[in-house]
Amino acid sequence: MKTGRNRIILGFIGIVLALLFLSPFYLVVVNSFKTMKGIFIDTMALPFGQYLDLKNYAIAFDRLGFLRAFKNSLTITIISTFLLVLFASMAAWVLVRTKTWYSNLIFMTFAAAMLIPFQSVMLPLVSLMGRMKFLNPPGIIFMYLGFGSSLSIILYHGFIKSVPLELEEAAIIDGCNRFQVYSIVVFPLLKPITVTVSILNVMWIWNDFLLPQLTINKPEWATIPLKMFFFFGQYSKQWHYALAGLLITMLPVIIFYFFAQKQIVKGVMQGSIK
Amino acid sequence: MKTSKLSFVLFVAPCLIAFLMVVIIPTFSGILMSFTDWNGIDPNPAFVGLENYVKAFTEDVVTVNILSVPLSMPRFVNVFLFTAAFATVSVILINAFGFGLAMLVTSGLKGSNVLRSIFFIPNLIGGLILGFLWQFIFTKVFNHIGTVFGIEFLKGWLSTTATGFWGLVIVLSWQMSGYMMIIYIAAIQNIPDSLFEAADLDGANFFHKMRNIIMPLVAQAFTVGLFLTLSNSFKLFDQNLALTNGGPYLSTQMLALNIYRTAFVMQDFGQGQAKAVLFLIAVSAITLTQMSLSKKKEIEF
Repeated sequence: MKTGRNRIILGFIGIVLALLFLSPFYLVVVNSFKTMKGIFIDTMALPFGQYLDLKNYAIAFDRLGFLRAFKNSLTITIISTFLLVLFASMAAWVLVRTKTWYSNLIFMTFAAAMLIPFQSVMLPLVSLMGRMKFLNPPGIIFMYLGFGSSLSIILYHGFIKSVPLELEEAAIIDGCNRFQVYSIVVFPLLKPITVTVSILNVMWIWNDFLLPQLTINKPEWATIPLKMFFFFGQYSKQWHYALAGLLITMLPVIIFYFFAQKQIVKGVMQGSIK
Repeated sequence: MKTSKLSFVLFVAPCLIAFLMVVIIPTFSGILMSFTDWNGIDPNPAFVGLENYVKAFTEDVVTVNILSVPLSMPRFVNVFLFTAAFATVSVILINAFGFGLAMLVTSGLKGSNVLRSIFFIPNLIGGLILGFLWQFIFTKVFNHIGTVFGIEFLKGWLSTTATGFWGLVIVLSWQMSGYMMIIYIAAIQNIPDSLFEAADLDGANFFHKMRNIIMPLVAQAFTVGLFLTLSNSFKLFDQNLALTNGGPYLSTQMLALNIYRTAFVMQDFGQGQAKAVLFLIAVSAITLTQMSLSKKKEIEF
């Protein structure tokens, strides 16, 4: 009896919290369909009558240059994540399997660098990359590879330690060279942690603002957060456009999450235990 | 033997080269640059000793109220104190919420999976977009509710230091609680059921189980959770820029934004980099201290 009542209370708390968590999204959605006056009159109400305005989206979509920004974000995120998965798993594998002082030193350096905040290196980084003519999309991908290496290698390193050696030894006896052992035997075994590494890197790179802000100087290369920053600066007093823009930028992530939530939640969980 | 050395180099090189160029070299050249009159362009700046560090601690003095006592101090110290206060409050709240949510969704409720998915959503969205979104809620929606129901407290959010501070805390808590929840769920689910069954046989109540089973076995997850929240709140930039932009009167400016503005707005790269080095030292010292303290606690349990 008592546990039954507890259950109802807990369920009630859960629902209230869920609504509280979702309420900001509700507010953005309803207000993004209103005219400026509609927002001014009532921020809580559903869009109604003369205050309903569907044009906000068309205008925001157009002025954001959303398609272009989406394509840029997608290209940079996918290529960077792909390279991080490939190179970090390769590096972590030989770092685990080679038991020498330098392989230890290299791993410890990657791990220790987790403590370095981006803001401590951003000024010399931008000047160095500028001199190398690397302030462009390939340069940004290179920088994501550098910044993402630490966490990706740590995660792979932890996982590979629990992968038994026997399979690799058998493959070597069968005459595989190191690249074949890695690509045929090892990499497929790493799938669970590859999911985690991919998800964490995609979430980070897709949403990153400061690095593109410092390194992208051509509007046609701008990623979604960067475009949103300029768009918001222009329309911050015109909330009906700004909110429509915000929703457009959030939509791809929400849709992706809707389909991949199981993998995402599991992946993040894996990453935390490591 | 020779081929294995060669393949070692080939396998490690791509990550290592990018990492050295992007993280390690800038870290060290940044430390060197902090002792020069670097302007961001000149490749051969002059050595100026500790001048940039002195400037960081003496220039731009502001008056702030601490426990209603007005104090004059350099803005950078003030920025550090604001960031530290923000981090302290955020770390406590985010981990408490995250742990509470994890307890809630692991209690065997129907639909816990849906709840779990909902609580995690804010994490997927970038800090910049969340900052803009909440700016609307604090300035427009809060104001509107305050006007309709006559609640003075809800009016004028983000226009004072206190509401800016709590605004930032609310945004980061809303964003990160779900992430911490996932970490704590993983830890709670790892506890063997047999322990709870044994405890039930011994007639243990909820608090006994909490104190003697859950807490000790989740201690390791707390180390991770505290580390992530502490370093994220100390390094906060996007939300700070998008929500308050450091205002009113720069009173909610945090360390990362201050470094950025010193370099790009004040055009003082030397001083900006000196602050960046201090930032590096502070962040590593604080997170390392936390890690070793938490690790010690883990063993105690």
